[in-house]
Amino acid sequence: MTLLSISDLTVHHGQLRAVDGLSLDLEKGEVLAIIGANGAGKSTLLRALAGLNPPTSGSVHLGGRDITRLPAYKRVSEGIALVPEGRRLFHSLTVEENLLTGAYRKRPGPWTLTRVYELFPWMSDRRRQNASQLSGGEQQSVAIGRALLANPDLLLIDELSLGLAPVIVRRIYEVLPGIVGAGTTALIVEQDVSQAMRVADRVHCLLEGRSVLEGRPRDLTAEQVEHAYFGIGQALPAGSAREGHD
Amino acid sequence: MTISQMVTSRAAAALDVSRAARSSKLSAVVMLAAVAVLAALPFVAFSNVTDTLVNLFVLIALASMWNLLAGFGGLVSVGQQAYIGIGAYSVIAFADQGVQPYLAVPLAAVTCVIFAVPTSWLAFRLRGDYFAVGTWVIAEVYRLLVVRIDSVGGGSGKGLAGMSDLDQTLRGALTYWVALALALATIAACYLLLRGRLGLSLMAVRDEETAASSVGIDVRRAKRVVYLVSAAGCGAAGGVITVSSLSVNPDAIFSVQWSAYMIFIVVIGGIGYIEGPLLGAVIFFGLQQLLADYGSWYLVLLGAIGMAAALWLPRGLWGLMRDRTGLSLFPVGYFVRGRDA
Amino acid sequence: MGWLNAVIQGLLLGGLYALFATGLSLMFGVMRIVNLAHGDLAVVASFLALALVSGTGLPLWIVLVVTVPLFAVLGYLTQRVLLQRSLSSGPLATLLVTFGLSIVLQNVLLEVFSADTRTIDGGSFGTGSFELNGSISIGYLSLATFLLACAVLAAIQLFLSRTGLGRMLRASSDDRETANLVGADSRHVYGIATAIAFATVALAGLMFAMRSSFDPATGPSRLIFAFEAVVIGGLGSLWGTLLGGMVLGVTQSLGAQIDPALTLLAGHLVFLAVLAFRPQGLIAGRTA
Ligand SMILES: Nc1ncnc2c1ncn2[C@@H]1O[C@H](COP(=O)(O)OP(=O)(O)O)[C@@H](O)[C@H]1O
Ligand SMILES: [Mg+2]
Repeated sequence: MTLLSISDLTVHHGQLRAVDGLSLDLEKGEVLAIIGANGAGKSTLLRALAGLNPPTSGSVHLGGRDITRLPAYKRVSEGIALVPEGRRLFHSLTVEENLLTGAYRKRPGPWTLTRVYELFPWMSDRRRQNASQLSGGEQQSVAIGRALLANPDLLLIDELSLGLAPVIVRRIYEVLPGIVGAGTTALIVEQDVSQAMRVADRVHCLLEGRSVLEGRPRDLTAEQVEHAYFGIGQALPAGSAREGHD
Repeated sequence: MTISQMVTSRAAAALDVSRAARSSKLSAVVMLAAVAVLAALPFVAFSNVTDTLVNLFVLIALASMWNLLAGFGGLVSVGQQAYIGIGAYSVIAFADQGVQPYLAVPLAAVTCVIFAVPTSWLAFRLRGDYFAVGTWVIAEVYRLLVVRIDSVGGGSGKGLAGMSDLDQTLRGALTYWVALALALATIAACYLLLRGRLGLSLMAVRDEETAASSVGIDVRRAKRVVYLVSAAGCGAAGGVITVSSLSVNPDAIFSVQWSAYMIFIVVIGGIGYIEGPLLGAVIFFGLQQLLADYGSWYLVLLGAIGMAAALWLPRGLWGLMRDRTGLSLFPVGYFVRGRDA
Repeated sequence: MGWLNAVIQGLLLGGLYALFATGLSLMFGVMRIVNLAHGDLAVVASFLALALVSGTGLPLWIVLVVTVPLFAVLGYLTQRVLLQRSLSSGPLATLLVTFGLSIVLQNVLLEVFSADTRTIDGGSFGTGSFELNGSISIGYLSLATFLLACAVLAAIQLFLSRTGLGRMLRASSDDRETANLVGADSRHVYGIATAIAFATVALAGLMFAMRSSFDPATGPSRLIFAFEAVVIGGLGSLWGTLLGGMVLGVTQSLGAQIDPALTLLAGHLVFLAVLAFRPQGLIAGRTA
């Protein structure tokens, strides 16, 4: 059953077309990884799905419902939660308060404070600490916990491993099956391609706002991925090159 | 676009504009003629006309200074009455020392700069919105200090010495010319400042302060220059108010009402355009004359118009006119609105 | 002993300043709006109470119970209708709108109530006091004002830290976009913040009205007190605001002890000193 259906989505930053006619479908219970170089438009895509960047054209359907024009705060009730790039914790709130902000809309579902503490056992001991006192990996976990407390059908995670030590990344990815097992579909943006290939059911590679390669990790060769990632031999149709953005 | 590219493109734009200015030679001729007519007015018009116009010129000067401060320097002050008051009291004090009051007006400007240097050090510690109220408190402090000085009349104010030996007609005309000179000087100062390097850095600063400072534009220096010039202009205006009214009252001269006038003139006229305060002052002045009989309802109307302009006409009437006609009397590059405006 | 009395009176007054300043601090913390009409709103509340008391003869406490919620509703509406629109046109617009509102309020009051100085008669409660060891006498009214102010501040603090909406107010003040991301409608959150600010302003305005005289032009000087309390205490911290209010109250009271003409100046000078030497305020704030 299709949970998320994006068709022909275009998002601009001013003149710049950051996401360019992108279409993709996401099945319920799937883990989809978006890969792509810096500036490929991954964050813009996720922010558009969360309602932070309004699309110029195209449509987004969640569970059959058109949410293209829904403001961000209403999408939470519809079942979308984003772990934003750079975690963006509320720095003057404690760990627990940060988590509780995720439950603001009181969407019913399996995730409660207790279950998040079970998922990340260190957290309950430090729940009264200020969020700004945490390390990068801890902040990322809190950001994930905050998103889970919204009980989303679709969890969007932007740059899960950015700036984190590999062992921390591995530890965070270890909880992913538990999250998906609880009924959540995940769309993750990952710069570490091999990591993405390991955890995802399917990957999409973005290049300059467009999907240039998609498939199951086991069906894709390293060379294919590398070419898609760097745009080698990927002659872009003339005239459709994006406008300069510097 | 990187900031250095932006600055160069701004410079290019400024070049463009100066070429375009050739076509506005006509408007320069018209303006010169207007100034000549205004300067000759005391010879042909009744003194009540020229006395009223003194108020208009003071408003133009004050509003131009506030526009320089807020529209170009990004320093939204609600405390410029500090310098109006200091300027006014300087003239009183200098006159008491035997200085000719008209000559004391430029000295009042200098006095204000001397006061503005340490004041800016304090005020610049407050950023953004808090700068507004902070400058206001500073103005209050100056008022409270001035009323403690008995030699300038304490809380009840004082009359201006050294004017009684002048013939009344001559005095009226002199005051008129000084006020006209003040208005022209403030406009010219804005124009010259903004055309030069300072104007360029100010525009870069206004668009993106951190970026501008990272490419070596000295943000604080640029803002300080603007602040000092504005203090001087307001001080001279305070001096003109004193030679025109022949006395000073601390509560009136340090009143926040002056800030209200400046702000509304600039907002209605068009913030960030040299022409804005001119147009705004004329409109404000017209409203003042028209609604003089309605007491404070006219201030209610003024407040409402100001609010409406801030919400629906963020670039003021001049901005609107310029969009429609492309007219520009004082081309100093272009106005780029704040990023999220 | 006159000095000790001055300190105590200053502390009591400081509680009221803190209550009054809370709204300013909250609106700035959550929306980055400096409400220049803050003082005038308090004066409007004073006049409204005056009109109700003299017009209907209702007892003061009923007037209070009516006025405060009314102001909360007005606050919510003001934010949704007026301020929200100005927020999207940049910080200058919000400043201008609140400044315009201040001018409008002052002059409407002037037309309706004239420039006469007024007070609200708090009856025997307003003038009564009890003696503490001979030289120190504490007015019932100023003590009640102080206690009520502290209670309201504590209630707001509880609301901000214990309720979902309160948390969201603080979260919005940290990072509005991320607050949207977890489901906060910022317009509603801002409306609530403004409602609380207006309610506290109304309450403070009523208390000011019983303690000291007021006229339509009193607002701006009141705004300055609130602003000073906020800056002295440290932006965005409720307890900082309480401390700031008390420092301001004590300073003014001590200044008045030296020379009544020094009351305001002393407060301003302490404010400027804090600005010069500790611009982050006495308690470097976390959030509203
Ligand atoms: N707020 C913004 N304003 C202007 N341009 C932006 C903004 N955010 C991103 N961009 C541009 O959009 C493009 C895509 O950015 P982004 O979605 O962040 O890419 P990614 O996450 O894949 O690195 C980049 O060229 C970037 O410079
Ligand atoms: Mg990104």
